Amino acid sequence: MLAEFGLAALWLAAALAALQLLGGAMAVRDPDNALGAAVRPVAVVQGLLVAIAFAALVALFGQTDLSVKLVAENSHSAKPLIYKLAGTWGNHEGSMLLWVTVMGLAGGFVALVERRLPEATMRATLAGQAFVSLGFYGFLLFASNPFARLSPPPAEGQGLNPLLQDPGLAFHPPTLYLGYVGLSIAFSFAIGALVTREVGPAFARTMRPWVLGAWIFLTLGITAGSYWAYYDLGWGGWWFWDPVENASLMPWLAATALLHSCSVLAARNALRAWTVMLGVVAFSMSMIGTFLVRSGILTSVHAFAVDPRRGTFILALLAINIGSALVLFALRAATVTEGERFAVTSREGALVFNNVMLSSILGIVLIGTLYPLFTEAFGEKVSVGPPYFNPMTAIFVVPMLLVLAVGPLLRWRRDRLARVQLSLLPPLVVSAGALVAVLALGVRPGLPMVGLVLAPGLAVASMMPLRGRHLRRLPLAVWGMVVAHAGIAVALFGMACDSAFSTEKLVAAHIGDVVAVGPWQVTLSGIEPVAGANWTALEGELLVRYEGGDAIRMTPQARSFWAPPQNTTVSALHTRWNGQLYTVLGEETEDGRWQLRLWWKPFVPLIWGGGFLVALGGVLALAGRVLADLRRIVVRDKIAWRRLRQGRRA
Amino acid sequence: MSEPAASAWRTARWALWLPLVLFALFVALVLGGLLRPENRDIPSRMIGQPMPAFALRAAVPDRPGLARGDLADGRAHLVNIFASWCIPCGVEAPQIAQLAAQGAIIDGIAIRDHPEDLAQYLARNGDPYQRIGADDISAVQLAIGSSGVPETFIVDGKGIIRYQHIGDIRPEEVPMILARLKDAS
Repeated sequence: MLAEFGLAALWLAAALAALQLLGGAMAVRDPDNALGAAVRPVAVVQGLLVAIAFAALVALFGQTDLSVKLVAENSHSAKPLIYKLAGTWGNHEGSMLLWVTVMGLAGGFVALVERRLPEATMRATLAGQAFVSLGFYGFLLFASNPFARLSPPPAEGQGLNPLLQDPGLAFHPPTLYLGYVGLSIAFSFAIGALVTREVGPAFARTMRPWVLGAWIFLTLGITAGSYWAYYDLGWGGWWFWDPVENASLMPWLAATALLHSCSVLAARNALRAWTVMLGVVAFSMSMIGTFLVRSGILTSVHAFAVDPRRGTFILALLAINIGSALVLFALRAATVTEGERFAVTSREGALVFNNVMLSSILGIVLIGTLYPLFTEAFGEKVSVGPPYFNPMTAIFVVPMLLVLAVGPLLRWRRDRLARVQLSLLPPLVVSAGALVAVLALGVRPGLPMVGLVLAPGLAVASMMPLRGRHLRRLPLAVWGMVVAHAGIAVALFGMACDSAFSTEKLVAAHIGDVVAVGPWQVTLSGIEPVAGANWTALEGELLVRYEGGDAIRMTPQARSFWAPPQNTTVSALHTRWNGQLYTVLGEETEDGRWQLRLWWKPFVPLIWGGGFLVALGGVLALAGRVLADLRRIVVRDKIAWRRLRQGRRA
Repeated sequence: MSEPAASAWRTARWALWLPLVLFALFVALVLGGLLRPENRDIPSRMIGQPMPAFALRAAVPDRPGLARGDLADGRAHLVNIFASWCIPCGVEAPQIAQLAAQGAIIDGIAIRDHPEDLAQYLARNGDPYQRIGADDISAVQLAIGSSGVPETFIVDGKGIIRYQHIGDIRPEEVPMILARLKDAS
């Protein structure tokens, strides 16, 4: 019953999306069209209906209703409840339903609260949102119905990939999806602005908080995903340049560029066509990334929900959505390109540089991700790994970070480097100090060394915009920028330390053996069998001492799941302020010893700490913008109220 | 410096179509990939084929490189395609070491690697390799139909490829590899 109810809600939502598109399109041709006034309420109801459909699917997974095909294929009654619920989006159909749900809710939210743009632009925007949604509704309803029944129902479900049975999974994909799909709002705003020729500062100011919101979720999603891969895969690495990781990085790069070009457009009315273009590109990258992952066209360690047959359908969707947006752009952008002028040495100049660098990195990652596909077209199979990505991205990242240190200090329109040279002194001194320290430690020349020298200077430089400002009165948005830029420096330091200073040991140890790794003494004190709800494991007990200090107990496991049958390792981590000890238990060797992999990774948690700082910067900036808008609305209402009373008295 | 730069950003009309053209290329490329029949049978294509002619220079100073002639010496060889930057290779290393301990002759082809990195990798993960050839442009890797790292080939005494293993060798697969190696010799 619940499944049919969900399916009905989904059909209704799709029908309303069609109505929303129709109403918006009519309103563009004739502003007085009666359907135009219905666009906003329809968008809100559509969002609610699709949310109800999604809630129905979550409930079906929660009660493990095995008569629903999707539940039977991806769940199991013995799974803990949190993983039953997380199973909703751990598969193709469910994740696509989550996709349209986020699109519908975001569109409904915009329709409900956004009042800053002309109504015609808003209707065109919501029509754009409905246009993209409709494709995905069609995909769900005709090619991947999540509510399809199975008759007769099986006695037990097939379970969920054990790698995905982790608290990280419960929150990682939804967070990432809020980011991916939140960018659809920027896409629709770009469409709406192009259709009604309203590309200007007001457009940028309206779009910015929505982009910021999506960007915060993307940042959190990527950060959490990286940490999840780090401890769950048990390989000790935190970024693999895997197609799926690249798929999340590319929209982030585009959205980061968009945020920066938005501030140029909002403050200075320049970079109009470029900002619109980025609005289209950011969400296009989300869709392309999802397509590459879902179609199975690129092989990936993340291949959890792959189905090549569906690839053609999504590709057609992509071609229609992105293709029509780009045609619209080509036709209309010529009328909006002209903007205010500025000198090379200016805030705008620095932001343009940032945009060019971010776009170049995006290009490098895209080419690297698609390269295997490209060579395959000529009959060869290859893979490109870190030897391509690391140096190629560094070519653009390093100059970008140098400009990041200077840009926020520059004035809009025109400035001289001589004016800010005093503020550049402390970062230079700190970086010089770091260079001396790094040389004294004997770090090999290379990218990690560049990072170690750059990061401390960058951290200081990111604080420099605070110099000479009244800290209490400083707008929250400026705090946001400072915190986000400092976060980049912190993450960079973590990455460089991991590459330069990590030590690794792979040993076969008898029980009672002591192994040294970095400053740690690790004792294998025992191996015990343990069991969970749907797995059994061998658990190693390690007693670890940092430089001969107190013993700390760590318990890495080699775990066997029985539904579906699969072996995984569960690493154990111990975090100190200056790094992380990472332990993995392997197999038993023939002479009764146990394989242990041990890493000492100095300052590695800073990678994710930095990522969270970047997201926190986004939250501060968003809060600043939203509070300023609310304050403006309150003041406006007060004035209107006073006028009304005065008018009545007179 | 004071010359206004914005004029440089005034875009030519034709350039506005550029994003669409690039996107169309992407769609064509992907469509080509989608329509091509699933090609997961690389192993069967190479099995029974002789190793192509190649001669790789030594990847680390303390031992010889690898050439086709080294493989066709009457004994079966395991050829492990690996790299110091490849994380699953490190995961696979104990299994390779175990195979060496059971008497397998193991040669390595290091993909796009540096001698220092490789030396560190070998010091860290164990060093069962008799010869290691440096394949700096993946030329040999492509010629023998390998699409990634790690991969492992069994080559018989006449230099004929008998088995291709894609991905890391898991502990439970070691006996299977040993059995195939015995068949090949």
